[in-house]
Amino acid sequence: MAVVAPPNQRWRVIAVHAALIVFVVLTMLPLLMILSISLRPGNFAGGSLIPKALTLDHWKLALGMSVLGPDGKWEAPPFPVLQWIANSMKVAFVSAAVALLLSVTSAYAFARMRFRGKGLTLDALLLLQMFPSVLALVAIYALFDRIGDWVPWLGLNSHWSLVLAYSGGIAQYVWLIKGYFESLPVELEEAAAVDGATPLVAFVRVLLPLAGPILAVVFVLAFLSAMIEYPIASVLLHEESQLTLAVGSRLFLFNQRYLWGDFAATAILAGLPLTLLFLFTQRWLVSGLSAGAVKG
Amino acid sequence: MKALRIALMALGALALLAALALAFALHAAHASGWALAVIALASLATWVYLSPRFMAWRYIVPGALAAAIFIVFPMAYTLGISFTNYSGEHLLSFERATNVLLERGEGDGRSMAFALEALANGQHRLDFIGDDGKHYASAPFKLGDAVRLPLLDEPAGKEAPATDLRALTADVPALRRITALLPDGSEMRLLSLRRFAVERPAYVRVGDDALRATRDGATLTTDHAQGWWRRADGTPVTPGFRATVGIANYRSIFTEARFYQPFARVFAWTVAFASLNTLFTFTIGLLLAVALNWPALKGRPGYRIALFLPYAVPAFISIPVFRGLFNENLGEINLVLFQLFGVRPGWFSDATLARSMVLIVNTWLGYPYMMILCMGLIKAIPDELYEASSLVGAGPLMNLWRITLPLIGRPMAPLLVASFASNFNNLTLVALLTNGAPDYLDTAVPVGATDLLASYTYRIAFQDSGQHYALACAIASIVFLIVATLAVANLRLFKVGQSAR
Repeated sequence: MAVVAPPNQRWRVIAVHAALIVFVVLTMLPLLMILSISLRPGNFAGGSLIPKALTLDHWKLALGMSVLGPDGKWEAPPFPVLQWIANSMKVAFVSAAVALLLSVTSAYAFARMRFRGKGLTLDALLLLQMFPSVLALVAIYALFDRIGDWVPWLGLNSHWSLVLAYSGGIAQYVWLIKGYFESLPVELEEAAAVDGATPLVAFVRVLLPLAGPILAVVFVLAFLSAMIEYPIASVLLHEESQLTLAVGSRLFLFNQRYLWGDFAATAILAGLPLTLLFLFTQRWLVSGLSAGAVKG
Repeated sequence: MKALRIALMALGALALLAALALAFALHAAHASGWALAVIALASLATWVYLSPRFMAWRYIVPGALAAAIFIVFPMAYTLGISFTNYSGEHLLSFERATNVLLERGEGDGRSMAFALEALANGQHRLDFIGDDGKHYASAPFKLGDAVRLPLLDEPAGKEAPATDLRALTADVPALRRITALLPDGSEMRLLSLRRFAVERPAYVRVGDDALRATRDGATLTTDHAQGWWRRADGTPVTPGFRATVGIANYRSIFTEARFYQPFARVFAWTVAFASLNTLFTFTIGLLLAVALNWPALKGRPGYRIALFLPYAVPAFISIPVFRGLFNENLGEINLVLFQLFGVRPGWFSDATLARSMVLIVNTWLGYPYMMILCMGLIKAIPDELYEASSLVGAGPLMNLWRITLPLIGRPMAPLLVASFASNFNNLTLVALLTNGAPDYLDTAVPVGATDLLASYTYRIAFQDSGQHYALACAIASIVFLIVATLAVANLRLFKVGQSAR
């Protein structure tokens, strides 16, 4: 960049390095602390960042194994953490598949077809994305309460109700896939159309095979967003065995029952895979979020 | 391809059948309005799929339908509920509440001792002795069935056989299902291990909007405006029922001190929280982005990953982590502060400290997003601009103010508005970190210093014992208005940003 390096450049670089390192240490500290807490005996604050004694008890409890307590009694896991993880995965997989199916078809029509009301619908989708579902929680609760009167397996406390509730939030994915489709040359489908392919055939045979990467990204994004969703799940699910991880993890830290060490182990167990998955896909997420702004 | 087409057609037919079945079930459940709505939607969808005019819409309808049912409809429903009195006291519909009253029984003070007699053929017989010495007995019956047993007079003087109370305890569930009919027609049900009591309906219907209380003959009339069955002197009889109350909820929010005071406090804090948080995350994110785009700095990819990490950790993990670290007595932060300075700040009991903590945590959570956005935008700025400015001797601050900020300002504007809007409704943060704590002590509904409007409505509806659903919906509807304004502003800014390119 700078053709003329200012004389105090060296000092500036050192100062920026120092500032960045301090900032990084500050932001990473909570994460390091959690690792140390998960390996430290007991459920209360122990003092040093590097634990004096190591124990795997919290990890065993998080993995559903009983441990022998200091008083000689076997201690059962406080919560069914693995069950929660399984619940979360189930909901997230199904709702990601549903979101993908719903958004890829809509995105195709928006990207390739001309029809009345297209601009309006796209704007509406964009606007809807701004309305958070947390404001409609009472209505969502009442809606699934009623649905449960007629179809019990779709009512409160069921995982399918959560899948349904999540299926509406596809606006972001529609925009993401639409942008990708628009970057593919339209000539491919025109050639197929010359060969007598209907729009459906062109979509399934020509466009979809080329869209693999974006479909994978949307699937992972929808999966992650269902994994970490808290408000709707906290309203729809109540039974301890049915909870998703996001709802269950708040049960660890009550003043009456303060399971700090157990929580730390669960946090790493559940958080690490999600964090890695997110780091892996964040490039696309961010480009999707700012797609309109950056690419135009 | 043919297989796919046939599969899609079958799927469509199946969906249509499911919709019809749902409409039928709704109709059977006396919800004909909903049944009509389902039929209307289904026929609209069928039309779209059969008419060649709507080729494009065939691809959009499933997604649009999902968005309509699970996003648009709940919003409209929220607005609808806000005009009712739906709450813990008014949970049931008018019909259900009336049925609860009609099915309610009450004793009239008469009861009699009984004995259960096991007969030889596996059947049972009930013997009764009234306090006046009169005897009654039932015909033999099979224990366990829900039966109505007519009782016959028995000659006086006969002693009822003694029963083993322990054996009787096991029979209680079966005995509860028995209704014994006295010769005068009054009904008796199990009262205790030794006695049956005469029970009669507490209320009898005497008109569409009138019930008569059996005990004192008083007439109950309906108050559809407020959702109660009322006695003549105005005392309501629980349970209440759902009723449309017009703008009463909104009027309470804006005119009753016990509602508008907490609302005003929460509103002010929500606006302050969302603005400050957007400011903090943007400032930190921008500064970091500028530093990470500086070629003279070595090791930038490493910094980038480390700085991005807080955003990648799921919020439902990192927020409780901070809840534990900030814990006043057991948390690591106070431990360190106590060892260094001898203080233990009350992060959850002091309003200002709690609010600072919420801001600190959310800034930690949110700055990487701004950083990534700013990095992308700064990369798009042509290097020549900075080269030119360095030729005239401008410093880094001058570059930031005169080149970087003005150029990324326009594309950043809609994203900043979106960040403001999403923090405005950041229920997850407050619910998992403080749950509103510290709570105000002088309010009628539970609400705390760190409550945002979204968490306030959540607590009113789902955590307060009153289950004030309608009030929560009224507040949510007001927030909808605010968010709608922001959304339109966002769309405008987005379009301006697009057309500028």
